[in-house]
Amino acid sequence: MIKKLLAVVALSFAYALSAGVAHGYKLDRAPDRLTDMASLQNGAKLFVNYCLSCHSAQSMRYNKLTEIGLTEEEISRNLLFTTDKVGDLMEIAMTKEDGASWFGAAPPDLSVIARAKSVTMGPTGVDYVYSFLRTFYRDTSRPTGWDNLVFPSVGMPHVMWDRQGGNTLNRVTVAQEDLEDGSQQWVRTTTNIDAHGFSDITREVLDNYSGDAVDNIKLTPVDPAASAAYDNDVADLANFLGWMAEPVQLKRKQLGIWVLFFLGIFMVVAWRLNAAYWKHVR
Amino acid sequence: MAGEKTVETTGLLGWIDRRFPLSTLYKQHMSEYYAPKNFNFWYFFGSLALLVLVIQIVTGIFLVMNYKPDGDLAFNSVEYIMREVPWGWLIRYMHSTGASMFFVVVYLHMLRGLFYGSYRKPRELVWIFGVAIFLCLMAEAFMGYLLPWGQMSYWGAQVIINLFAAIPLIGPELAIWIRGDYVVSDATLNRFFALHVIAVPLVLIGLVVAHLIALHEVGSNNPDGIEIKDGPKDSRGFPLDGIPFHPYYSVHDIVGVAGFLIVFAAIMFFAPEMGGFFLEYNNFIPADPLKTPEHIAPVWYFTPFYSMLRATTSEFTWIMAAGAIIAALALLVKGNLRGIWRIAVPVVLVVAAIAFRILDAKFWGVVVMGGAVVILFFLPWLDYSPVKSIRYRPGWHKFLYGIFIVTFLVLGYLGTQPPSPVFNLMSQIGTVIYLAFFLTMPVWSRLGKFKPVPERIVIRRH
Repeated sequence: MIKKLLAVVALSFAYALSAGVAHGYKLDRAPDRLTDMASLQNGAKLFVNYCLSCHSAQSMRYNKLTEIGLTEEEISRNLLFTTDKVGDLMEIAMTKEDGASWFGAAPPDLSVIARAKSVTMGPTGVDYVYSFLRTFYRDTSRPTGWDNLVFPSVGMPHVMWDRQGGNTLNRVTVAQEDLEDGSQQWVRTTTNIDAHGFSDITREVLDNYSGDAVDNIKLTPVDPAASAAYDNDVADLANFLGWMAEPVQLKRKQLGIWVLFFLGIFMVVAWRLNAAYWKHVR
Repeated sequence: MAGEKTVETTGLLGWIDRRFPLSTLYKQHMSEYYAPKNFNFWYFFGSLALLVLVIQIVTGIFLVMNYKPDGDLAFNSVEYIMREVPWGWLIRYMHSTGASMFFVVVYLHMLRGLFYGSYRKPRELVWIFGVAIFLCLMAEAFMGYLLPWGQMSYWGAQVIINLFAAIPLIGPELAIWIRGDYVVSDATLNRFFALHVIAVPLVLIGLVVAHLIALHEVGSNNPDGIEIKDGPKDSRGFPLDGIPFHPYYSVHDIVGVAGFLIVFAAIMFFAPEMGGFFLEYNNFIPADPLKTPEHIAPVWYFTPFYSMLRATTSEFTWIMAAGAIIAALALLVKGNLRGIWRIAVPVVLVVAAIAFRILDAKFWGVVVMGGAVVILFFLPWLDYSPVKSIRYRPGWHKFLYGIFIVTFLVLGYLGTQPPSPVFNLMSQIGTVIYLAFFLTMPVWSRLGKFKPVPERIVIRRH
C-alpha cells in the first residue's frame, strides 16, 4: 500500500517536473573554465574589444581584472578604451535612449548577465551566453541582417561575424496552424538560409499526420576551422562573463571549506559539552 | 540607607539589583526557569528563530550603511556592496540566506506547535503572539524583497499590491496609499525601505519579547503534552520533570546553533542562490516597468499561499459556496450551537455562500490566501482532542497531519510553476485539503481511540 502510494507520488512529481521544462532552443553546455586564468584573460580581452562600446558593465571596475592575473599596467596598456583611469567603472558613452532608438531596445548592462540568464533547475547564464553567441545566422529579412536561434528577432547584430565565418541554416518545422474556420492543420515548413542571408522557404500541408510537433535545426559553419576556434573564444568570453557576474565566487568557496571545518570541530565540542551537562539528568 | 531595597546580592551586582531587577529576571527566565526534561529535536527551532532574527538585524544594519534606497541607485548599490565593500558579499549573502532560513526555521517551529499541542490552553496567547510574528515576518520579507529593485522585486510587488485593489469599495484607493503612487515606483521603494528597516523590526522585536514573556508565564509544553507543573515537585517547589533552562538548555541549544550554522554556512559559501530559490535569477535584471517578465512568482516561502490565491477561480467559488451551504446545514442539524447562534451562524454561512458567487473571484482569492494564515490564530479553539500531543492521538490522526504537511509542500511546489490546467486543479484540491484540515478539526480531532497519557514525562534517548 505504501509502495503504491509512493509510486503515485513519484509519478506525479515526474509528470510535474517534465511539464515544467522550458521551451525554446536547447542550450549547449559551456565548458567550465572559471579557474583557468588564461581563459578568463582572453575573455576579458574579447569583452573589452567587442562588447564594451554598446554594452556597459557599470558595476565592474577595470582594476578588478587584477584578480584574474593581470597587472594594472597591462590593463592600462591593452584594455582601456572607454576611459583612461584604471580605477574607473566600465561605463560607456551611449545613453539608454540612443541605444533604444538605434537598436530597438537598449543593449543591457552585462555586469550580472550571467546570473540573470540562469534558469532554475536548468542551464546557467554562462551556458546561455555560450549558446547565444554561437547561433547567429544571416537573415536579410531582419534590420541588422542577422537573426539568432537562442533569442529570435534579437536587435543585436553578429558582432564577431568575422571571427566565426558565417553559418548556413537548415530548419524543418512541423507545427499545427489555425485555419479561418477554427480547425487546425499540420504544416511542414522547410527553411534554408544561405551564408548571405537569402532564404528559401517551402510549406507543405500534411494530411493524416499523427506525430508530435517537430523543430529540427541545423546550423552549418561555412568555415569549420574558424568556427571551432571561435567556439573556443566564446567559451572564454562566456566564462569571463560568469566570473564578472560574481568575482568573489572563487574566494568564497575556498573560505567556505575552512568555515565548515571550524564549524565541524565546534559542533563536536558543543555536542560533548552538552553530553557532559546532561549525563546525570534523570 | 533609607529608600533602598534589601537584596541578597552584594557589590556592584547588589547596587544594580537595588535599582533594577537584574538578578530577579535572571533567575526567573534563566537559572530558575524550569523547562521539561524531554525536549527533542523539534525544540531547537525557537532559539534558532531568535538567532536568525539577530543575524538579520545585524547584517541589515551593515547593509544599510551602503545601500541606496533610490530607484536609480538601488540595484547598483547592491552590486557595489557585493564587489567593493570589504566583506560586503558575505553580509549580503548572510542576509539573503538568513531570510530564507528564517522561514525554514519558523515553519518547523510552527510544525512543532502543531504536533505537540503547544497552542492549547493555557498557551493560547503564546500561539497568538507567534502567528502575529509570522504575519509580520511575511510583511517584512515582502518589503525587503523590493529593495534590490530587480525585475522580480518590482513585478512581485506590483502583483501583490494589486491584490489589495481587489477589496470592494476601498481597494483601489488602498493600493494607491500603500504604493504612494499609481504604480510601484521610487515612492514605494522609499516607504518600503522605512518600514522594512525600522517599523516592522521594532514590531517584531516587541512581539518576540511578548511571545517569550507569555511562554515563561505558563511554562513550556513538551512532546508528551503533559503539564510538568501538575506533577510532583522537589523540596524547593520546582517540578521534578523540569530542569533549569540555564545551564541545561542554554548549552543544549548551542548544539542546535552549531548544526544550524553548518547548514547556513554550506549554503552561503557554496550555493547562495540555492538554484534560484533563495536569490532568484530574474532579480539580477534591473527593474523595468515597461517589461513584464514571462513568469512572476513570489519567493519560495510564499508559494503555498500563492497557490491558494491562484486556485481561487470563478469555478472554485462554486466549491466554496457549496462548502458553506453544507456547513450551514450540518450546524443547523447536528451542531451544538445554542440559542440565537443556532440560527444566526447558518444564516451568515448562507449569506457568505451567495457572496462567494456575487463578488469577483479575485477578491475571494485574496480572502482565501489571507484566510489561510489568519485561520492559524483560531487553532487553540478548533482543536477538541482530549490529549495535547500527537504521541497519544489515534494513528489515523498522524496520517491526517502527514497529509496536511504533504499538501503544504505540494502547494508550495505548484506556486513556483507557471499556471496550467492540471496544476490549477491540483492547487484547488490542495487548498480544499488545507482549509478542511482546520475547519473540520472540531469534528475529527475528538474522534478515534486515544492512547492513555502518562503521568510523568517520557524521556527518549537523544
